[in-house]
Amino acid sequence: MSRRLLTGNGAAAWGARLAEVDYVPAFPITPQTEIVETLARWCDAGEMAARLTMLESEHSMVTAAGAAAAAGARVFTATSSQGLQYAMEMIFTVAGWRVPFVMVNVSRALASPITLEPDHTDVLSARDAGFLQIHCATCQEVMDGVLIAYRVAEDARVRLPAIVNEDGFYLSFTREPVELPDPGAVRRFLPAFDPGSAAFRASHPASRAVAVLGGAPYSYFRYEAHLAARAALAVYDEAATAFAAAFGRSWPAVERYRSDDAEVVFFMIGAFATKAKDAVDRLREAGERVGLVRPRLLRPWPDAALREALAGKRAVAVIDQNLSMGMGGVLAAELASALHGHAGMPMIVPFVGALGGRDIAAEEFFEIARAARAAAAAGVAPGPRLLYTADELREVRKLQAIAHAERPGAGGTR
Amino acid sequence: MSEAVIRSMKDLPSTHLLGTGTAMCAGCGGLQAVHEIYDVLGGRTVFVNAAGCMTLLATYPFTPFRGGWLYTSMASAAAGAQGIRDALDVLMAKGRLPIEEDLTAVVLAGDGSSYGMGLSATSAAIERGLDFLYVCYDNEGYGNTGQQASGATPLGARTATTPRGQRLRKKDLFDIWVAHRPAYAATVIGAEPLDLAKKIERARSIRGPRLILALAPCPTGWEFEPEHAVEIGRLAVQTGLFPLKEYVDGKVVHTRIPRPRVPVVDYLAAQGRFRHLFEPVRDDALIGEIQAEVDAYWRAVG
Repeated sequence: MSRRLLTGNGAAAWGARLAEVDYVPAFPITPQTEIVETLARWCDAGEMAARLTMLESEHSMVTAAGAAAAAGARVFTATSSQGLQYAMEMIFTVAGWRVPFVMVNVSRALASPITLEPDHTDVLSARDAGFLQIHCATCQEVMDGVLIAYRVAEDARVRLPAIVNEDGFYLSFTREPVELPDPGAVRRFLPAFDPGSAAFRASHPASRAVAVLGGAPYSYFRYEAHLAARAALAVYDEAATAFAAAFGRSWPAVERYRSDDAEVVFFMIGAFATKAKDAVDRLREAGERVGLVRPRLLRPWPDAALREALAGKRAVAVIDQNLSMGMGGVLAAELASALHGHAGMPMIVPFVGALGGRDIAAEEFFEIARAARAAAAAGVAPGPRLLYTADELREVRKLQAIAHAERPGAGGTR
Repeated sequence: MSEAVIRSMKDLPSTHLLGTGTAMCAGCGGLQAVHEIYDVLGGRTVFVNAAGCMTLLATYPFTPFRGGWLYTSMASAAAGAQGIRDALDVLMAKGRLPIEEDLTAVVLAGDGSSYGMGLSATSAAIERGLDFLYVCYDNEGYGNTGQQASGATPLGARTATTPRGQRLRKKDLFDIWVAHRPAYAATVIGAEPLDLAKKIERARSIRGPRLILALAPCPTGWEFEPEHAVEIGRLAVQTGLFPLKEYVDGKVVHTRIPRPRVPVVDYLAAQGRFRHLFEPVRDDALIGEIQAEVDAYWRAVG
C-alpha cells in the first residue's frame, strides 16, 4: 500500500490499472482527457498489460467497449458530457448486451450554451440506460469506486456495465491524498473476469443483441436487465463489505453524515457534498440539528436504504446540480418516488443550483437549511427554487449591456 | 469451407453453410451474395451487423449463421469489429485464449450505413489497419424502410423520396475505400458466383481492412419480379454499369471486362424504378447521359 497525491482523473486511471484491465477504447474530451493520456502512457511503457485503441468518436468507443467485453476482455473507458451524449445510442444498446465494463464519466454541463464546467445533467441523462451508476465525492472514492464497480458489474447476478462518476474540475483536477492498495490484495478482491460461455469463441458460437419480434420477448429481456440491476443492490452491499474488510475503507450505498439525530438533512450527490458537510459542521456549531445524506449508488436506486436514512426527519433539502427543463431537479423527483406512500418520511424541499460550475456558498447552505425547516413548519412543499444571487444577475446584465454596445445599430430583431 | 483453390464453377463449395428460411424478401440479391460469401468464409467468423435489412437475419431465437453474430447500430459496426478484434488479440497475447478459438470479424452492412452514417467509423477502422472483412450489400437505397434514396442511389432511379428520379450521382464507395489504401477491396455480385468466390478466397488469405462491395438487386426496391434477380445482376455487369474489379497490391484490376457492352437501356427497362425514363415519354437525354457515363468509365479503363 502506498499513498500519493492524485487528481480525480489520476485516481480513475489508477483504478483501471489496479483492475488489470485488458482493453481501453478511448476518445479525448475535456475534462476527462488526463485519464486517457495517463493510461496511454502506462500502456506504452508496458506498466499496464492493456491495449489502448483511439476511436474516432464516443459512439464508436462505447461500441468497441461493449464488443470487447462481449468477447471476454475486461474493458475500461471514460468520457464526459457531450461525449456521453454522442454515445447515448450505444449507452442504451450495450447495456442490453449485458456486458460488464466500467466507464468513468467526468461530469460536465451540457450544451447549450457550451461550457467546460461541471454539473450532473450529463450523467443523469444516462439514468434509464441500464448502466449501474456510482457517484463519487473524493478522489479516493473514484479509485475505490472503479474497483467496486468491476466486482458488481461482473457478478453473474448482475452482468451490466457501470458508470463511475466524478465531477469535472472540482474532482477531476483536484489533488487529494489517495491510498493505493497492494495489487495482490486487489487481485484477491477482484479476480480476473470470467465471461463463462457468453463470449465469442470458435468452439461455441454465440449470437448477441439479435432482433426480437413483438412485445413479449422485448419486455422479457428489458425486465431481465431491470431485475439484474435491482439484484445489484445486494451485490453492491456485499462488494462494499468485502472492500471494507480488505482495505479498511467503507463505501456504503448511502452515506450518512451527522444525520442520525438531524431534523433537516441536505441531500446531494458528488463532490459538492463535501461543501454540504462543511455547512453541516458550521450549523451544528450554531446548535442546529442538520446532517447530510448522500446516495453513492444512483442506479440501482437504493430506495430502502434512503428511507431508512431519512425516516423521522422533518425536511430533506434536495440540492440538484442538474435541470430537467420544465420539471426541476431529477434527484428530487427520484427521492419522491422512494419516499411517497411510506409513513414518517420528511417533506422534500427542492433546490436547483451549481449548474455549469457555479459554486454554492456556505451562506446558501444556511439559507437552504432555514427554508427547508420553514417549509416543514408551514406544512406546504414548495416548488423547486433556483439558486441565483442578485450579484450574478447584475453580472449577466453587465455582459448583456456589453453585447448590445458592441453591436451598434442592432435593433430588437436579432 | 473449401480449402482448395477456386478456378472453375466445379470448385465452388457444394455444401451451403447459411441456414434458410430467413426474413429476407424472395429474390434478394443481397442474401444471394451473403450465401455465396459465407460458403467460402465459413463459420469461424463473427458477423458484426449494422442496422439494415440483414438485421432481421438473426431474430430471436433463430440465426442462419454457424458462427457468431453481434448487432451494433447503424453507424458503428466497424467499431464493433474493432472491439472484438482487439479483445481476441489481447486475450491471445496474454495466453488466456487458445489460438484455435480465434474468429474473423466480418462487418455486414447495407448501403444506407456504408455510404452514410457508418462511413466515419469505417474510415477510422481502415486508417487503424483493422484486420476485418467489410461486406456491404448495396441495394442502392434504404431498403428496409421502403427504399428511400441513399448515397448509393444511382442517377435516374425513382425511390420513395425521389419520385421523379434521383438527380444526384451515386457515391463511389469502392474509390473511397481505395483512397484509404486498404489491404484489399473488391466489387462482387451474387449473379457471378465464380468471380465472387475467387475474391472472397483472396480476401481470406489477406490480413487488414478488406472490402467486399456486393451489388444487391432488390425486387421490392427496384421493382422487378424475384425470378429476374440473377438476370438483372448479370445485366448490371454486362452493361458495364457495375464493374467487377479488385484492388490489391496498390492496383485496381478489372476482373471482367464486358465486350461488347450491352446497352444500358436493357438494364434500365427491366426495372420499375426506371420506368419513368420510358413512359409516358421516353427520356432519351437522361438515358443517353447514363450511357455516356458508362462509356466514359470504360474508355478510361482502356
